[in-house]
Amino acid sequence: MNILPGLQPIVADLTDRFGRRIEGVFPVRPDEIYFHTAMELVPGFCAQLCRKWNARLVSLFADDARKPDGVFHLYYVLALDAAHGFFILRVPVPPEQPWFTSLTNALPAVNWQEREIQDLFGLRLEGHPNPRRCALHDDWPEVYPLRKDFDLKTVFPPFKGERHKFRKVEGEGVFQVPVGPVHAGIIEPGHFLFSVAGEPVLYLQIRLFYTHKGTEKLFENIPVTHGVCLAESISGDSSFAHATAFCHAVERAASVEVPPRARAVRTVCLELERLYNHIADIGAIATDVAFVVANAHAMRLKEQVLRLNEQLTGNRLLRGMAALGGVRFNWDAGQINLLSRFLSELRPQFDSLVEMVQESSSTRDRLETTGILKPGIACDLGVTGIAGRASGCDHDLRRDFPHAAYDQVKFNVPGYREGDVLRRMQVRIDEVREALAIIGQLVDKFPEGPIRVKVPALAPGTVALGYVEGWRGEIFHWIRAAENNRLARCKVKDPSLQNWPAMSEAILGNIIPDFPVINKSFNLSYSGTDR
Amino acid sequence: MFDILRKSLAAGIVTEAGPTATPGLARCVGRGRPEIDFANWKDARPAVAACPTGALACVDRGGIRTVRLDLGKCTFCGLCAEADASVRMTHACELTAMRREDLKVTAKYELGPDGTHRKLLAPPRSTLDSQVSSLDALGTKLKERLDKVLGRSLHIREVDAGSCNGCEVEIVGLNSPVYDIERFGIHFVASPRHADMLLVTGPVSRNMELALRKTYDATPAPRLVVAVGACGCSGGIFGANYASLGGVDKVIPVDVYIPGCPPNPHALLHGILTAIGRLPGKA
Repeated sequence: MNILPGLQPIVADLTDRFGRRIEGVFPVRPDEIYFHTAMELVPGFCAQLCRKWNARLVSLFADDARKPDGVFHLYYVLALDAAHGFFILRVPVPPEQPWFTSLTNALPAVNWQEREIQDLFGLRLEGHPNPRRCALHDDWPEVYPLRKDFDLKTVFPPFKGERHKFRKVEGEGVFQVPVGPVHAGIIEPGHFLFSVAGEPVLYLQIRLFYTHKGTEKLFENIPVTHGVCLAESISGDSSFAHATAFCHAVERAASVEVPPRARAVRTVCLELERLYNHIADIGAIATDVAFVVANAHAMRLKEQVLRLNEQLTGNRLLRGMAALGGVRFNWDAGQINLLSRFLSELRPQFDSLVEMVQESSSTRDRLETTGILKPGIACDLGVTGIAGRASGCDHDLRRDFPHAAYDQVKFNVPGYREGDVLRRMQVRIDEVREALAIIGQLVDKFPEGPIRVKVPALAPGTVALGYVEGWRGEIFHWIRAAENNRLARCKVKDPSLQNWPAMSEAILGNIIPDFPVINKSFNLSYSGTDR
Repeated sequence: MFDILRKSLAAGIVTEAGPTATPGLARCVGRGRPEIDFANWKDARPAVAACPTGALACVDRGGIRTVRLDLGKCTFCGLCAEADASVRMTHACELTAMRREDLKVTAKYELGPDGTHRKLLAPPRSTLDSQVSSLDALGTKLKERLDKVLGRSLHIREVDAGSCNGCEVEIVGLNSPVYDIERFGIHFVASPRHADMLLVTGPVSRNMELALRKTYDATPAPRLVVAVGACGCSGGIFGANYASLGGVDKVIPVDVYIPGCPPNPHALLHGILTAIGRLPGKA
């Protein structure tokens, strides 16, 4: 197996430095290199990669491999954006010593992911600053759902365990405001506890996983083909992105090359998903500062995109379009014409909406310097996607790890450093324009040919990382194949899981009435986080 | 200010009056419920194997096969139609039912030795009618009902009990100028204490069970509960598992079921209308 030329010096540096303590280097794919090693090497290994080679720890998860290998495995996925590759560290955790060392103090980006492993696998965290439960709420019995000896269909009798203990914030004039899980708007459930002194927020505690519905366990119990449909339901507004990330993982595992036309269709659909969500968010941000007229226009445009989606894929949220080895439905000349006509009609309407929002000084006044997420904090927390790009984290998988047909089109990745609500909205405005340009470039030279190739059954034990830059940020799906074309593990990483802790930072010093607009400017997925 | 006014006037009225008033904007051009040619169906197994949610299921016993199509579980993905020519995807999406049972269609076949259907024993029976009425007519009908039952207004509290957010994307759309649900006197409110109706999405995750119960208890009677989407009706693709209870009616009584994944705004409005007819002793 070969390794991408850009990755070779990095591999050489690591083997030089850590020598025999690395038990093996396995280039499973030229851009996906696995390092097998022991727990004690992890902090040093990650530090070396992050400091010297500018790597980012993008995902951390566990896998119950007791059946084939007699141990649990932890996987640390590091992205090397400049070298366009992923280094994945595999570490065994013996079942008789079920604990692992926390990296949170050095790398705050893994905080929630480590706690999730503790909850779902029963591997105890050592040295974590806040090792409380997150995925399973405090009242759950002691169970570890992602272990292989736990049955998906387990039915618990009604349980009444502990109540969650929030941290106390005390002082003269300090009081706490609890909100949720059932919110005032039509949004997903989560609980926020604000501690305020007068108007400014001193501290925000976020409690999520209300929508945890066993998705990752369910992936292990269904055929791979049905996994595409399940992936569509991970986060409803990112149906196509999640389903495509899943397909990408399976296709990489099966070493299947997706035909050019299917890549182009995927790219168009990913950008359509970006379009309707970004437009809706621009309107929603305007609503949250009481500029409802702008929202009415945004909703009108969003509806137009949803109807186009329906004409192109048979579903308003692009469901049913993703397929292993390509896409499900081909587009005829009429549909491509429709797409191209739509672009020219949407562009001036969108410009008019943007003008309306940007020329309103009272709107700008509410958005500028509100909810600032500083670049340093954003970088430490590994913030991705829109929120990252508004706070100086210049990452975009479309540019650095071109998937679908992103290597065939030219586009800019917007970037700002101010990190306020205005810039998060500006990133969306820029990206809508880029999305229109990307679709325009593809429509002009839409590739001919087949839209789908057959994906053979996966060889048991094959591992693969699939990824897509969704509209919110980077989505990863990691799979390990089992017998009979099923999966032994499917790890789903939504960008929201990474970005939620940043919300607690961005709200500090702001007033509670600005929380809705700050929250909307991130617009994170609860279901994608909770799964 | 004048600029905003000018732009709004330029956009014109986008609110949908009905399908005929806006040619080119068909009500549902996408996939709706599947339709099965039961009389000529030779073998249910390929379509059943293709179904990701178990909406299509069959049981063989003593040479008899019972096939069941459950629209409360169906996501209209169309994989069954791809696997079997006897299944066809329609555009029908307004499929509200008052009873969970009404969403199920069952047929029985006598089996041949190779497992194919020899004879249709019990023809399918479905009480579900997919009414197709214009949005405007629907809205007017709804308004008349509302006038009678609730004194001109219906207040809805939306509760996400573990949904993927797909249903929310469409429910939010009801407030857009295109569907403008407020013109019928229907408002989404911030608290269950102000609500006449709970619009519940999601399969009800274990972590949301208590919150849903409390929200229901906080809603003053008479109250209506509408289960939205495949997940709300039956648990959908998630079904029942350690973290999901498998549908809203596992936790609180449901008056009306709106299938779809997600149901589009037309289907939602149709369901809300149906629910109004359920208020006790009135209408």
